[in-house]
Amino acid sequence: MSENRTARVLDEARGLRAMVWVMAIMLFLTVLAAALGLGTASAGRLLDRQLAGRLTVQLVGGDARASDAAAGAVLARLRRMPQVTRAVAVPRADLVRLLRPWLGEAAEDGELPVPAMIDVDLRDADDASVARVAGQVRAASPLARVDRHQSWMSPVSGLMRTLTWLAAALVALLALATAIVVVLTARAGLEAHRGTIEVMHMLGSTDVQVARLFQRRIVRDAAMGGLVGTAAAMGMTALVGGQVSRLGSELLGGILLAPLDWALLAALPFLFMGVATLAARWTVTRALRHNL
Amino acid sequence: MATIVQFENVGLRYGSGTETLSDISFSLQSGAFYFLTGASGAGKTSLLRLMYLAQRPSRGIIRLFGEDAVVLPRDRLPGFRRRIGVVFQDFRLVPHLSAWDNIALPLHVAGMPVAEINEAVREMLAWVGLADRAEARPATLSGGEQQRVAIARAVIARPELLVADEPTGNVDPEMADRLIHLFGSLGKLGTTVVVATHDLHLLTRLPQAQMMRLDRGRLHDPTGLLRFPTAAA
Ligand SMILES: Nc1ncnc2c1ncn2[C@@H]1O[C@H](COP(=O)(O)OP(=O)(O)O)[C@@H](O)[C@H]1O
Ligand SMILES: [Mg+2]
Repeated sequence: MSENRTARVLDEARGLRAMVWVMAIMLFLTVLAAALGLGTASAGRLLDRQLAGRLTVQLVGGDARASDAAAGAVLARLRRMPQVTRAVAVPRADLVRLLRPWLGEAAEDGELPVPAMIDVDLRDADDASVARVAGQVRAASPLARVDRHQSWMSPVSGLMRTLTWLAAALVALLALATAIVVVLTARAGLEAHRGTIEVMHMLGSTDVQVARLFQRRIVRDAAMGGLVGTAAAMGMTALVGGQVSRLGSELLGGILLAPLDWALLAALPFLFMGVATLAARWTVTRALRHNL
Repeated sequence: MATIVQFENVGLRYGSGTETLSDISFSLQSGAFYFLTGASGAGKTSLLRLMYLAQRPSRGIIRLFGEDAVVLPRDRLPGFRRRIGVVFQDFRLVPHLSAWDNIALPLHVAGMPVAEINEAVREMLAWVGLADRAEARPATLSGGEQQRVAIARAVIARPELLVADEPTGNVDPEMADRLIHLFGSLGKLGTTVVVATHDLHLLTRLPQAQMMRLDRGRLHDPTGLLRFPTAAA
């Protein structure tokens, strides 16, 4: 049947109109959840990448002079190592400034055992090369203690991963809920159009042809609502993203979406339309099997 | 002449009551015209519903176009139904569609190209005298006009078998006469026509028509031509 005539066969299906609103809300929530998931996933990836190849060497114990001397030796050793891309001593003044809120004026007292610190970036982040570097550092000075950033930042990475999985679960649940709504809508439509369906059958329509009447109608409504909901949610995401980037936080900055993430969000309404199509077709053809 | 429809000891029971139709045996030849008469409640509509595959019999054998129609699998029904045109007693027009679109439905279902459909629908509307009501919805048409739309929809796909349930019930005698002659002319195209009616006046209008009479669910064959097996066989 031609497009427009087909749609009009079920013209007065008021129940189907509700689909527009339901789908708008569903897609709004889905796209927000997906944006959260993609944001936390990318922040987690960034965090892992930054932390994995970064070490901090502390030189603890002894007086300031001794730890400075040890720091010099360790630095010299580190800079000769090929797998080290960068090794810089954290200036004592910076450390003191960092500690002042806790220690007050005492931090400036030269007698306080403030450890010397060295930031190290590695070319490879694997455990073996980290262990190799740590071994050489400890050989250079017995005062040296090597920290992997990963070990103390891992709770943050864990949180990011949890949020990502939560968002994925939300998207899946919303897709399921959408399918259920479509099934219920299609059933209501079948009931409302029982007479028309019987006539279509008597005129030689196949079940697939009848199902297509509902499918087209439901999917058109779903598309309309879905695009509205998606646009609203993407606008919201962009707004929040703008606020995050104004914060200038390195950690939160990782949450900003890449172009590919935006493309994935824009694809969601089409995915949901696919879900709606299948759900409508399945419901209608299954129901019609009981007719003669 | 080929046998288009053949019933053999067919019985139909709705629910668990007595049989609405019993021991129905007859055969219909291609291109012939049949009147099915009988009092209201005699079972005319029920018999026609068996014929256009809206109902399966409780017992007996029904052959359509040479094939067993009782055990026909569901996915083959549409193919059979496209060869049968039906004028329902209550018209069954799709309420949201115009007269034009209602008449076009069988051709859309059959997948005919739109240009050909438009040509056929225009011709059909003129044939039933509704050229000026093409865009009207069924609700705005008179009973007689709705009936003519239903007839146009039933014949537009040039069915091999046309089944009409009281197709002149809502039109004046003059229009009834015209419609019956239209049905009669379909025989020349090879269409087998079965018209159920309790209007005895109509029966005299087509000399070539054969009679089937239902009386409380049993078939009487006043001319002897319908007997199964056929006299010729
Ligand atoms: N769907 C049905 N369920 C139960 N009884 C029916 C049904 N359709 C028809 N009947 C009964 O079958 C009998 C024959 O009806 P019908 O075939 O409509 O006769 P006619 O068309 O000759 O008036 C009537 O007694 C009617 O009540
Ligand atoms: Mg009847």
